[in-house]
Amino acid sequence: MGPVLAGVLQLIALIAALALAYVPLGNYMARVYSSDKHLRVEKWIYKGIGADPNTEMRRPAYLRGVLAFSVVGVLFLYLLQRIQGILPGSLGFSSVNPAQSFNTAVSFVTNTNWQSYYGEQTMGHVVQTAGLAVQNFVSAAVGIAVAVALVRGFARSRTGELGNFWADLVRGVIRILVPLSVVAALVLVACGAIQNFSGIHEVGQFFNGHSMGGHQQWNGGAVASQEAIKEVGTNGGGYFNANSAHPFENPTPFTNLFEIFLLLVIPFALTRTFGVMVGSIKQGYAILATMATIWVGFVALMMWTEFAHHGAALQAAGGAMEGKETRIGVGASSIFAVSTTLTSTGAVDSFHSSFTGLGGGITILGMQLGEIAPGGTGSGLYGMLIMAVIAVFIAGLMVGRTPEYLGKKIGTREMKLAACYILITPALVLIFAAASMALPTPPHSMLNSGAHGFSEVLYAFTSAANNNGSAFAGLNANTDWFNTMTGLAMVLGRFLPMVFVLALAGSLAEQKPVPVTAGTLRTEKPLFTGLLVGAILIITGLTYFPALALGPLAEGLAS
Amino acid sequence: MNNSVTNTARLLWAGLRALLVLTLVTGVIYPLAVTGVAQALFNNKANGSEIKSDGKVVGSSLIGQSYNLPLKKGQETPDPDLKWFQGRPANGLGVNSINTQYKLILSGATNLSADSKVLVQQVKDAKAAVIKDNSVPGYTVKASQVPADAVTSSGSGLDPDISPAYADLQVHRIAEKNGVSVAQVQKLVDEHTDGRTLGFIGEPTVNVLELNIALKSLVTKS
Repeated sequence: MGPVLAGVLQLIALIAALALAYVPLGNYMARVYSSDKHLRVEKWIYKGIGADPNTEMRRPAYLRGVLAFSVVGVLFLYLLQRIQGILPGSLGFSSVNPAQSFNTAVSFVTNTNWQSYYGEQTMGHVVQTAGLAVQNFVSAAVGIAVAVALVRGFARSRTGELGNFWADLVRGVIRILVPLSVVAALVLVACGAIQNFSGIHEVGQFFNGHSMGGHQQWNGGAVASQEAIKEVGTNGGGYFNANSAHPFENPTPFTNLFEIFLLLVIPFALTRTFGVMVGSIKQGYAILATMATIWVGFVALMMWTEFAHHGAALQAAGGAMEGKETRIGVGASSIFAVSTTLTSTGAVDSFHSSFTGLGGGITILGMQLGEIAPGGTGSGLYGMLIMAVIAVFIAGLMVGRTPEYLGKKIGTREMKLAACYILITPALVLIFAAASMALPTPPHSMLNSGAHGFSEVLYAFTSAANNNGSAFAGLNANTDWFNTMTGLAMVLGRFLPMVFVLALAGSLAEQKPVPVTAGTLRTEKPLFTGLLVGAILIITGLTYFPALALGPLAEGLAS
Repeated sequence: MNNSVTNTARLLWAGLRALLVLTLVTGVIYPLAVTGVAQALFNNKANGSEIKSDGKVVGSSLIGQSYNLPLKKGQETPDPDLKWFQGRPANGLGVNSINTQYKLILSGATNLSADSKVLVQQVKDAKAAVIKDNSVPGYTVKASQVPADAVTSSGSGLDPDISPAYADLQVHRIAEKNGVSVAQVQKLVDEHTDGRTLGFIGEPTVNVLELNIALKSLVTKS
């Protein structure tokens, strides 16, 4: 069997596994967010928080909950890194400097997991498990909570009530993320991912009393438990610098495919949850079909360009193996790269900077689409629903009718909110990247020269503003400029969109439903899926085209 | 004003309490519980899949090692010890710049672009070295025989594996340097070649550490 066929078969196996999980997980999540029963452990937690989980919140209260929880999260994680030097159980590692602590705290709270640090030399056990991994859980749960609030906005009428933020947060963690992560972590350990709290090992091999010249050093750590939630919560922050290329995070070809499954399973299944909660499973299928079309299309393009391995160095080597692991190979690395950049994960099993010019461009474009195919946990669904609103509006313009979606009128107010949403990230990406190129010092951070050097900077801000976290990692991002500006991009790219999503949710929930008539656009039909795919590609494609032409397209077309 | 300050403080206090409770669940109980089960059920794997040779732990089967000659005077990079099977290049590995009480290896890739002149040079140099090192009397390596993994750095810099093609390429050299027969070495390589999982997942590999341990015992015996 050739590597291309093996790559295609892995893709098919992955699709089959996702399809099997789709209905049960999607239905289960719908029950989690609709049930009025509380588990005993949840009652204890609510008591600890001092919140009544049965109080319905309107848009302002829900948003305040999201923001307060996130502000506290940033401060806590910042302080934890700043006092690492005196924390026991931290391998004696020193405290992290202020700029990097800020960047990292923001990065993990916003579900980005951009890392300007090297995990194995910077973060001890306590910060990894009680700081970073905790935000992996809760930032994912916050994302799902906001998505569920938007879904409730479509599903409810004449109320304005969007649910209870604390209940949604706690349920997401306790009923969805923890159980999935426990199972996933044990599977990973069974395959070789490490899970311990030991210190630094050094071992070597000897022959006739002489060292064979080889020795190894490695940190112990609770790697598997963090790896599991890193994928399940579409976070992506690696325990080690090499992320999921590191054999202790991703030991076998099977774990590689399993990790891709984990990072896709919640975002895809949430379309089912959406369908169930708005009372039309077909509407969920239409959104799913849109996501799947883009994802499969991108994987096919990526495999094509990576197997063709254009580029002088890859041609000289005879294959695109630079930055890729032997056990994983070109095919599975392509699937991983596309999946991690079309979700908000940003974990990598191979290094995107050494992909072909066009392959690198596919990873950047994937993030620039807004990470909605299938996107991050929660953020993918709400991002896609915003695009659906825009597609409905475009269709409405064509036929001269007031647009409707799921029985709700898309009026001036709704369109303003949706338009603000889709303008934020491009503005952040393009302005910050342009500023970095225009200023004298930031370009010194670039490792490669020419078009690829620009791509490194474009990638950095695309990744930060879209809360992805992967990088063209040659860029030295541990400077005051990049720590601060990517930090800002992450905060604004995460919370401003949430402000507009929740405002839209509140506005929709207050409306009374519009009855379906013969003139209603059937948003559950394949025609609408086609319209939606087109709207996504045209709107974001045109926004970013000039920037892409200077970077990855220039590189890709020259090779 | 006072009222809104109080409300904000109350809200932040609720946020902090929520964070602390969830930290207890996901940052303390969860990792400890997983560690407990992992240590009980998969002890060896949870601790790094260490393998022993002659009663001594020689490494993790998951982490690639280098097999080099001792540094000569004035040398910055050591020469490979050609008696042993060689792994992939690891030009992306780094050494730690902070917490220097330890000598840590930083995993990573080169991140050089596909059109990088530096990378082209690295690949060409590596290819020339592979051809030169592995061409022994009676066996000449052709450039077209050298697989991509032999001349490119891996993603982690710690890749424990090489492709079967690269292992096969080294057989004649290993046989000559160790004074054993080509057939014996080829048999070792074949025994240590793993196909794709279930026939289609990942790529075929040869684990270099395990192969060298087997080679060591072959050489010791003969």
